[in-house]
Amino acid sequence: MADDKINAAEYWKANVRLITGCMIVWAFVSYGCAMLFRPLLSGIPIGGTDLGFWFAQQGSILTFIGLIFFYAWKMNKLDQKFGLGE
Amino acid sequence: MSQFAINLLFVGGSFALYIGIAIWARAGSTKDFYVAGGGVHPVTNGMATAADWMSAASFISMAGLLASGGYANSTFLMGWTGGYVILAMLLAPYLRKFGKFTVPDFIGDRFYSKTARVVAVICLIVASVTYVIGQMTGAGVAFSRFLEVPSSTGIWIAAGIVFLYAVFGGMKGITYTQVAQYIVLIIAYTIPAVFIAMQLTGNPIPMFGMFSTHTESGVPLLAKLDEVVTALGFRDYTADVDNKLNMVLFTLSLMIGTAGLPHVIIRFFTVPKVADARWSAGWALVFIALLYLTAPAVGSMARLNLATTIFPEMAGQVEDYQEALANPILYEERPDWIRTWEDTGLITFTDHNNDGRIQMYNDANPGFQPIASELGWEGNELTVNNDILVLANPEIANLPGWVIGLIAAGGIAAALSTAAGLLLAISSAISHDLIKNTINPSISEKGEMLAARISMAGAILLATYLGLNPPGFAAQVVALAFGIAAASLFPVLMMGIFSTRMNSKGAICGMLAGLLSTLLYIFTYLGWFFIPGTNMLANVESNWLFGISPLSFGAVGAMINFAVAYAVSSATEEPPQEIQELVESVRYPKGAGAATGH
Repeated sequence: MADDKINAAEYWKANVRLITGCMIVWAFVSYGCAMLFRPLLSGIPIGGTDLGFWFAQQGSILTFIGLIFFYAWKMNKLDQKFGLGE
Repeated sequence: MSQFAINLLFVGGSFALYIGIAIWARAGSTKDFYVAGGGVHPVTNGMATAADWMSAASFISMAGLLASGGYANSTFLMGWTGGYVILAMLLAPYLRKFGKFTVPDFIGDRFYSKTARVVAVICLIVASVTYVIGQMTGAGVAFSRFLEVPSSTGIWIAAGIVFLYAVFGGMKGITYTQVAQYIVLIIAYTIPAVFIAMQLTGNPIPMFGMFSTHTESGVPLLAKLDEVVTALGFRDYTADVDNKLNMVLFTLSLMIGTAGLPHVIIRFFTVPKVADARWSAGWALVFIALLYLTAPAVGSMARLNLATTIFPEMAGQVEDYQEALANPILYEERPDWIRTWEDTGLITFTDHNNDGRIQMYNDANPGFQPIASELGWEGNELTVNNDILVLANPEIANLPGWVIGLIAAGGIAAALSTAAGLLLAISSAISHDLIKNTINPSISEKGEMLAARISMAGAILLATYLGLNPPGFAAQVVALAFGIAAASLFPVLMMGIFSTRMNSKGAICGMLAGLLSTLLYIFTYLGWFFIPGTNMLANVESNWLFGISPLSFGAVGAMINFAVAYAVSSATEEPPQEIQELVESVRYPKGAGAATGH
């Protein structure tokens, strides 16, 4: 029982670390590249406009999809490693 | 066969399909009714979630918003997709592990308080009902255009159809019906987009075509579009936004509103395992992205098509845009699609300077005034409602009649699937959370299902009534629904999982503070309960606090919710030991059974 508790706490810590990492990427592409840093990226042309515009209308959505599948895949591995899956 | 008959065939055929599925997958128990027996595959569930999520606003309005706003309206694209990242990581797996039917179930149990449960029910009902009104109106408009009936008749037809399959089918029926609706709506959306991308750029994939070369002029499509719209006195399509704070907060409101909307969360209770809840969120976003990545292409290409229809000389390589401006088309020679849509009143033409030609430009731009006077223009003569862009797209591109019938079926599928999901969330909140868990705990399973169906019928009638007499604030209603969900439900759900220390007093105060501050801010600028003339300040940017628009305030309300909940909770007693253990147990998947009622 005590082992279980330690295990669960470790698992949760690893999960929160993973979430934090993913959320940083999430904020970076949408609030960063697509909005606040758009002026900085304006020098990089892409199909008649700039990289910031591409992130706002395409890139951030594609990154979101990647993030969710990455998280689901990582969590499955964590579930197994800690023996806390179903 | 006439266009009317084709529309009837497509719309009628798709309905027969939905109703057939609803009957085939009839709910037998409360569990089937609320969570489809907890046995839906993640990909299937993702597809149903996508249909649930993409409403008339996504299908019909979004491309129009992008066409008119360009870069500035990218907020809708990011806001309505980024919420799924939050859902997948912060809410869905844990709520699935918790294994109850509804959102108030979780809040009531986690915060061991009937008051918390009832406050959650109120937030849920207000957010869902406001959202459902827009769906009924949207479905009504689509019906009236394609079946050539008055829009009030259209709304009644929509209400009848929703009633049939939502009331008898429950979640199980809705899930499989929504899979069919997703397929109909995505095909309807993509086919015209592919044709138009081919015509303009030679690239059949719209999301790539948007960034390739415009064949007729040899210039990149977006650069061409910028040239054309500035020649007409409008803002650059790709121009940057000055008020970045407001843009960030608006996007954040839409994102956390998405994660807090009960009809979306409820979806993740229907998968068999916790891991499936994570995959399911990913699949939902894939299916949503198929439409959302195409929408910007549809918007930009439609805007260009519209301008070059009116000013044909602008289509090719243009040396001097001033010269091209001088020769807009004659009103008598306008294309057929303009004639058809003029009948609905959604396109209007007034010949201000009586020259028989159509002048379309930005007459609100003082910098353009000298050019207009030189050409003898006396104001913009053509007004096009943004919402018709997607519906008119196949006609603009001269596509065959069956594509138009398909678009009709797709638009109606989008509106109805969302309405059904919302109604299910409302009815389960009333029958399950209010009646079974608060007022009359001894109610039988049969009685509970009857109550669910009666409350669903009641909600449909209310939404139909409000849809027939819309208070005239469609955009604000949708924003209010997101604002309420963002400011009231999301923070409490998140803290309930990520903090073992959060107690009932903190949660209740947080929800009320978030809800009331958001409503107060919105009503200050838009009028008390949206009654025109009762607003205390004019809704203009100079009056907004720190330049934050009422539509963006949900994110601030959520921060107020977090802060108040934290402060109150820290000052009061710890939650009981068994609640702290409950919170720890939802954090890992081991031991998750199927969703249960008790």
